[in-house]
Amino acid sequence: MKTINYLSLVAVGLLLIYASLGLPYRGDSDALVNQDTSLIGTPVASSYYIQNAYKDANTPNIVTAILCDYRGFDTLGEEVVIFTAGIVCFLLLNRERKIEKKQR
Amino acid sequence: MLDFIAGHYDYWFIILLLIIGLYGMIMKKNLVKKLIGMTIFQASIILFYISGAIKADATVPILTDSISNADTANYINPLPHALMLTAIVVGVATVGVAFAILIQLYNRYKTLNEQELIERMK
Amino acid sequence: MKKSSDSPIILLLSRVISPYIMLFGLYVIFHGHYSPGGGFQGGTMLAASILLIRIAMEEKVYEMQFKKSFDIPLGALGVLIFFGVGLIAMLLGGNFLDHHFLPIDWLAPADVRFMGILFVEVGVGLAVMTILVAIYDNLLEDDDA
Repeated sequence: MKTINYLSLVAVGLLLIYASLGLPYRGDSDALVNQDTSLIGTPVASSYYIQNAYKDANTPNIVTAILCDYRGFDTLGEEVVIFTAGIVCFLLLNRERKIEKKQR
Repeated sequence: MLDFIAGHYDYWFIILLLIIGLYGMIMKKNLVKKLIGMTIFQASIILFYISGAIKADATVPILTDSISNADTANYINPLPHALMLTAIVVGVATVGVAFAILIQLYNRYKTLNEQELIERMK
Repeated sequence: MKKSSDSPIILLLSRVISPYIMLFGLYVIFHGHYSPGGGFQGGTMLAASILLIRIAMEEKVYEMQFKKSFDIPLGALGVLIFFGVGLIAMLLGGNFLDHHFLPIDWLAPADVRFMGILFVEVGVGLAVMTILVAIYDNLLEDDDA
């Protein structure tokens, strides 16, 4: 059983290394994600953000502009996720305590 | 050949990190160690996205007057940074919830070993 | 019940350092438009300054700094600020979270979006800070008391 686990780990690693051979070179500014227009001619998102963030939102920090303006809905969902995590911690750890108090 | 290795070696180290995390999640019996493996796995994914954002001879995505933003090759790709910022915070929340569940498990079954836990749950 | 640390060095240093970490966290939140930073990073630093006091001191002291019963309601307030900014834009005729439509008429359109980003950052910072503190509080609260 253990050998199967080790073999599967090695297999996953080799598969991922084989997949990495097709990835673009590190720091290649001509890679597909870094171009101005995509293969079908539409503008690529990150290039649009770099060129228009200051014009649209007067914010030099592009990451902040993306996070709170262009993709604000994304951030809203993420904030709801961490709020849910806080509530889950509160409920999980307080329920048991109440039951124990009742038993005593 | 040397050029190819210089362009791809960071992916291989990230894969090594991912395999270490996967090893922790599969092979370790203690649930806390599994959780540590999960965080290492998560870190490798975050590093992969960040390394995909790099452009050679580019600067951080904060606009300055001296560097023109008309040529997008001057600034590195800001989108993976924004995505990973949320991923890191969600990771912290996940670890918090996982620890809450582990504390409850330990209070009820007095063990965190996976095998013993399955035995005592029967 | 948690006891405070015995070492006077820890007691003094945590008391001295904590306000400065909090100040720097506020700087990171409000200067996030011009430098690396923003709601998430600043909120984490604010949480760090509160948790430093929580680790070093006893319960009576840290209740004076930030009450345990405040953390979930303040987190809800942070999420509500975010929702409110989106909702105001929607009620005034725009899309959800479209900061163009915020009712700040005397500013240029780009500056209106700037202010929208600032409100959102404050909401995010508040929520992240309080939720991190809430997770710590609930995990550390022992049931042997």
